[in-house]
Amino acid sequence: MAGQPIRKPTRLEPWQDAGQTPYVRIEKVTKTFGDFVAVDEVSLSIYRNEFFALLGGSGSGKTTLLRMLAGFEQPTEGRIYIDGVDMAGIPPYERPVNMMFQSYALFPHMTVEQNVAFGLKQDGVAKAEIRDRVAEMLGMVQLSAFGRRRPHQLSGGQRQRVALARSLVKRPKLLLLDEPLGALDKKLRERTQFELVNIQEKLGVTFIVVTHDQEEAMTMSSRIAVMNHGVIAQVGTPTEIYEYPHSRFVAEFIGSINMFDGRVVSTEGDQVLVASEEAGCELLIAHATPAPAGSPVSVAIRPEKIALSKEPVAGGGDGRNQTTGIVREIAYLGDVSIYLVQLPTGKTVRVTAPNVTRRTEMPITWEDEVTLTWRPFAGVVLTQ
Amino acid sequence: MKRRIGFLSWALLFGYAFLYVPIALLVVFSFNESRLVTVWSGFSTKWYAELLHNDALLSAAGLSFQVAAVSATLSVLLGTCAGLALTRFGRFRGRTLFGGMITAPLVMPEVITGLSLLLLFVAMEQWLGWPDGRGVTTITIAHTTFTMSYVAVVIQSRLAGMDGSLEEAAMDLGARPAKVFFVITLPLIAPALVAGWLLAFTLSLDDVVVASFVSGPGSTTLPMVIFSSVKFGISPQINALATLMVLVVATGIFIASIVMARQDRQRKRDEQMAIQNG
Amino acid sequence: MRTVVAILVSGLSRIGLWGRGVVVAVPYLWLLLFFMVPFLIVFGISFSESIIAQPPYSSLVEWLRDEDAGTSKLQILLNISNYFRLGGDDLYILAYLNSLRIAAVTTLMCLAIGYPMAYAIAKADPARRGPLMMLVILPFWTSFLIRIYAWIGILKGNGVISNLLEWVGITSGPVEILYSDWAVYIGMTYCYLPFMVLPLYSTLEKMDPSLLEAAADLGSRPLKSFLSITLPLSLPGIVAGSLLVFIPAVGEFVTPELLGGPDTLMIGRVLWNEFFANRDWPVASAVAIALLLVLVIPIMIFQHVQGKQAEAGR
Ligand SMILES: Nc1ncnc2c1ncn2[C@@H]1O[C@H](COP(=O)(O)OP(=O)(O)OP(=O)(O)O)[C@@H](O)[C@H]1O
Ligand SMILES: [Mg+2]
Repeated sequence: MAGQPIRKPTRLEPWQDAGQTPYVRIEKVTKTFGDFVAVDEVSLSIYRNEFFALLGGSGSGKTTLLRMLAGFEQPTEGRIYIDGVDMAGIPPYERPVNMMFQSYALFPHMTVEQNVAFGLKQDGVAKAEIRDRVAEMLGMVQLSAFGRRRPHQLSGGQRQRVALARSLVKRPKLLLLDEPLGALDKKLRERTQFELVNIQEKLGVTFIVVTHDQEEAMTMSSRIAVMNHGVIAQVGTPTEIYEYPHSRFVAEFIGSINMFDGRVVSTEGDQVLVASEEAGCELLIAHATPAPAGSPVSVAIRPEKIALSKEPVAGGGDGRNQTTGIVREIAYLGDVSIYLVQLPTGKTVRVTAPNVTRRTEMPITWEDEVTLTWRPFAGVVLTQ
Repeated sequence: MKRRIGFLSWALLFGYAFLYVPIALLVVFSFNESRLVTVWSGFSTKWYAELLHNDALLSAAGLSFQVAAVSATLSVLLGTCAGLALTRFGRFRGRTLFGGMITAPLVMPEVITGLSLLLLFVAMEQWLGWPDGRGVTTITIAHTTFTMSYVAVVIQSRLAGMDGSLEEAAMDLGARPAKVFFVITLPLIAPALVAGWLLAFTLSLDDVVVASFVSGPGSTTLPMVIFSSVKFGISPQINALATLMVLVVATGIFIASIVMARQDRQRKRDEQMAIQNG
Repeated sequence: MRTVVAILVSGLSRIGLWGRGVVVAVPYLWLLLFFMVPFLIVFGISFSESIIAQPPYSSLVEWLRDEDAGTSKLQILLNISNYFRLGGDDLYILAYLNSLRIAAVTTLMCLAIGYPMAYAIAKADPARRGPLMMLVILPFWTSFLIRIYAWIGILKGNGVISNLLEWVGITSGPVEILYSDWAVYIGMTYCYLPFMVLPLYSTLEKMDPSLLEAAADLGSRPLKSFLSITLPLSLPGIVAGSLLVFIPAVGEFVTPELLGGPDTLMIGRVLWNEFFANRDWPVASAVAIALLLVLVIPIMIFQHVQGKQAEAGR
């Protein structure tokens, strides 16, 4: 996994604090289109100043959930509370929420200034104040020189910033962003990610961001909800989602992972011992949720948590968390290399290792027999 | 491969000749000296002079323009409502019937439209005492009815092609639905409104069958006059009239295309600018 | 002006949902009153009798009052003789068949001329497509009657074509094409051609050119590619264009009246004559209903195609 978290680790984790009231409360919300269930009994609590990401595959219901928050769709069942107020029947133009559209939806017949001023005008803000606030907002997104332009006279990145300015100028308490960076190239996208987080921290707005770029979600957000077929598969901080996935789906959706099927041999405290034919060894997992002996489980191990060596590891802890295989494929990515190692059982294991030496001096090459080892903290036991 | 392209060019050429030669001949013979429109006997503009003294024709033209302008305006109002209802209101009760009533007039034979509207007006007069006889009002209503379908279709397709999230964005920023319509939707569909109005105007100005059914004494439209004079044979005056019409249309199109070309150039420049600033 | 608009806007804003209802209701009621109800009236009058009165048809419904018994009863007289007349008289049947035939020939001629045109325009340089299409639509903006009239001068004996043929030496003496079925075919094809080209062009233009490249890449010859890819994909356009021509052509009145001979019977002309010359409104109504019955299936297909297109446009 690339991407370092942009934000400093927040000491405040309101979702851990039972005394906090959530700013947005989604209670068992279901949305159906005809027979099709787009969002299925979703419940979420989102707190003030959070940068909350909705992550999921195409068609998993992210946009639908966002549109229900904005008021463009009504939930078929369930309730949505924003700041304690039930949103049922409240039209979009009366909600304390603004949305940044995936297509930006800039009004083509208005200049950049008029676009940004639009929302303030609707509230009957005085002309002088509108002028000041628009200027301030354009300054913040570094578009002061472009106020008189029409949207079609702007580049993609500029349009995106106008859309952001337009949705922020009303100082909403909650901003919804539907794939805000979808149309940008990689470089611009990374730069904008920083900008977005800075703006969010500066203004103290709660952000809910839809994305299907997991890297984006990991680097920007305080918490992530992973959606699958209209259901929330897991909610947690980026670290929790990456290191402790609750299900195969989440484990496989975020980053790459090796799965070993097996059965529980024994449980001692929070240590679980799993026998896996696929892995060709016994797996010891620390900090696992206890499971009854004999029950079928999967053990997930991230590729970067497996160490490779050409020599057998001396005294390698009674054959646990250790197996051998043959290197079938090496992909050189510059900073790291990916090794695909085939075990005698036929299973292929993916291992990433940093390239501490130059390529030409690398000790491991094709068809080498190697030993794979990992530590008890590396694995996660998945029961589903 | 080459042969096929050749065939297509010929087909295109033939098609355009088919469309334009008759009109060109019409124009040429409007300057003919002789009453026999097909035999050239010298240049003259006397038919234009005669046309300008044909009071019956001129007053019919006045009436037609009046009917066309009013019915085109009504059509745009009704057609815009209909287009909005069909594209933006989702499902509502009776939508299928509504959609059917919008598209059916596009292909309905004129004799049926004319007859049925006349019978309606007669029945209404009998039951309600209105409309009192037939004339400009009934023609206007009839024309509005069949032209609003065309307008609705034009506006519907424009609305369908418009990014719906523009309207949602406006609502998200606090504009109420009616405000959204006037400030966002209306300016963006304005070209379709203009096109729809012109279409309705032309269709109204062109109609002879429906007008013949629903007109009354003293309300003869221009097409009705042309029709009866054409029925009694060729008249160079009609050639002159046709030439004037072609002239008006050609001028209009010419101006429109210059304006559009200019806008196009402007747009290209703008895009260039955006790329350079990117 | 500005303030008026502002007041209007704020006033309308307050109407809110109620305004939505109005937006649907106004055109809906208009169409119900001026499109739907008239058909019902035509249907009703087709069952009445022609009488010499104002208006010239008998009432279907009558209150009969029996003075002796002191009761009254409602009497509904349905007179189906109008329809028997249509079925029994060769004139009407011939007119129907003629109309269908002439409309069909017109449709085919429009297709034969219009398809290659639409195809050529869709293949042309994108910058030139607009102007080329404009040229197709342009004649439509000049009066329909005038365009028919133009053909009179061309087709009549001693007309342009006649003179041309004589001059080339193919014929001696004037040739009269006017007042024949052929004149009607030509005139109707001329008038309806844009209605064929427009939908054809819009389907052909949307077609992805890489489809043909893919076909060629897979070894298909151009003609084969055309038949197996372009033609099937443009079928919706062909159907829409054909219906747009065929349906109104069946009921066409002006063209046969001006260009056709006295024996060019078309149902639109029959209806016109029954109404204006014979003043027999009930029979005219019956003719209209019978015409609608013939057209009901094509109209339904048209609506289906149109509806699908509107969906796709979204
Ligand atoms: N108006 C609608 N009518 C019918 N089905 C809909 C409608 N809107 C969304 N859906 C369906 O609901 C499901 C979820 O759609 P949604 O747009 O929320 O997905 P998404 O997670 O945003 O996907 P993507 O990442 O592709 O944007 C999809 O299968 C979609 O087809
Ligand atoms: Mg989406």
